Amino acid sequence: MSMTITEKILAQHAGLDEVVPGQLITAKLDLVLANDITAPVAIKEFAKFGTEKVFDRHKIALVPDHFAPNKDIASAEQCKFMRDFAREQQIEHYFEVGRMGIEHCLLPEQGLTLPGDLIIGADSHTCTYGAVGAFATGVGSTDLAAGLATGEAWFRVPESMKFIFHGTKFQKWVGGKDLILYLIGKLGVDGARYRAMEFAGEGIAALSMDNRFTICNMAIEAGAKNGIIPPDDKTFAYLEGRARRSYPLLYSDLDAGYMAIQEFDVSEIPLQVAFPHSPENAKSAQEASGIKIDQVVIGSCTNGRLEDLRMAANILRGKKVHPEIRLLVFPGTQTILRDAMREGIIDTLIEAGAAVSTPTCGPCLGGHMGILAKGERAVSTTNRNFVGRMGSVESEVYLAGPAVAAASAIKGQIAHPEEVS
Amino acid sequence: MGIAFKFGHDIDTDVIIPARYLNASTPEHLAAHCMEDAGTSFAQKVKAGDIMVGGKNFGCGSSREHAPISIKACGIKVVIAESFARIFYRNSLNIGLPIMECPEAASEISEGDEVTVDISTGTIENKTTNKQYQARSFPPFMQELIRAGGLIPYIEGRKKNA
Repeated sequence: MSMTITEKILAQHAGLDEVVPGQLITAKLDLVLANDITAPVAIKEFAKFGTEKVFDRHKIALVPDHFAPNKDIASAEQCKFMRDFAREQQIEHYFEVGRMGIEHCLLPEQGLTLPGDLIIGADSHTCTYGAVGAFATGVGSTDLAAGLATGEAWFRVPESMKFIFHGTKFQKWVGGKDLILYLIGKLGVDGARYRAMEFAGEGIAALSMDNRFTICNMAIEAGAKNGIIPPDDKTFAYLEGRARRSYPLLYSDLDAGYMAIQEFDVSEIPLQVAFPHSPENAKSAQEASGIKIDQVVIGSCTNGRLEDLRMAANILRGKKVHPEIRLLVFPGTQTILRDAMREGIIDTLIEAGAAVSTPTCGPCLGGHMGILAKGERAVSTTNRNFVGRMGSVESEVYLAGPAVAAASAIKGQIAHPEEVS
Repeated sequence: MGIAFKFGHDIDTDVIIPARYLNASTPEHLAAHCMEDAGTSFAQKVKAGDIMVGGKNFGCGSSREHAPISIKACGIKVVIAESFARIFYRNSLNIGLPIMECPEAASEISEGDEVTVDISTGTIENKTTNKQYQARSFPPFMQELIRAGGLIPYIEGRKKNA
């Protein structure tokens, strides 16, 4: 029977020859992830199981990245609670501050997410790992607890939607963030609710891994269960030297069933900005030009990778951050930070007037390191611009890619890179 | 019988429980700040047995289980919505917060209406307008999950029967 890549991964992990959309299955997990916000709740639930040990200490990743380095005493207690559990259970993939990164940048970089894997994470942006051809989805802490104890989770096999991006003639500065914001603008925040989003076409094939991670990262913002890109030579090159396990090569059958197929031409997609207070309010960057701002955030699990920082540095090189703007930069991992240092990217950003941080989710979710006051506006390369997301309920967040963010930091208002070049 | 508290479409989990309160996870702490950023003083007004009503895609955004925990700890008996976001839906079943998908009831119930629900049959009655509704039924597996009282008692029960 014909199946999509998502269906094949689910079938394989459920020990079945085939699955169909709507089917309820129990499947084995390759990786179970939690962070300092979601792990404490999961660990307390885990304690309710009649088992003392986790199912496999090598298949669990715990990352203190949200309110870490500890932002206050209560956060310090949560991080400590997770750390104590990691030590007691001898969790192999616990990443301490100094070695940690933003989880969805870190785990692929460490080679822990591979094609054909089935991964759950107690973080909605777990869908990021679809960029390497894994089925990865966000769950809550109780599902996570069950995963820690049993190594299994239940799933309803999702219907698949296919998004084909034709062409390779991208408009200047356009990247993965613009493609996904454009798509969410068309679909709405529940346009792919409960579904698998499969990305295909020459346009996707032409994109780097960093850009592909950005696209899959935001599948959840359309309500999707997972986003996925079939592995290709770029995937294999990325995994070279990282993967420490063999992995299967699974691809959608040519006659696999999709509940919808939508096609786009990449040459027609301009730089995007999503207006408050929803990622679906995507418009062209030109339409946002001139909106006065107070802060710019570049980084996060969405756009905190080397190419994102390089793009920002290319625009900021030899220029200064506007005197009334705070530009905050959050590299995704220590490796990304060091690579950016070696390339001179960090020097360029600091020379321009940016504050560069150790990796943390920090301001993205209004945690710490860049909270907005009442009436303030930010341009951010993060993934959500809900009411109060980055601070005061009377603040506003405009989502964009690193090019628009860097240009806006120079201009002091939302700007297309053309305006500052 | 409970009083309905009505919210709109695409209510996200940042509104249900803002991230600034996620540095602790006790139900009481989370309940005190439930729906704080909706700006309606919900947490101060809600009483045990009241009903929460939302539009489409209720609970979208973050996977934080703190969201359904905060709603449950407020004393909300059931959340009725036109539709639920995927992770919130799972989380609610997993922790034993009753939810009902019923587009007609969700759009017609007004803030302050007196509503009764029968969770086992899925019937909803708006006493203020004298209208009755039938929520969509859950697939058999999820009914078992609900009957068990959540995911952990369900798995433990299955282990005992195995």
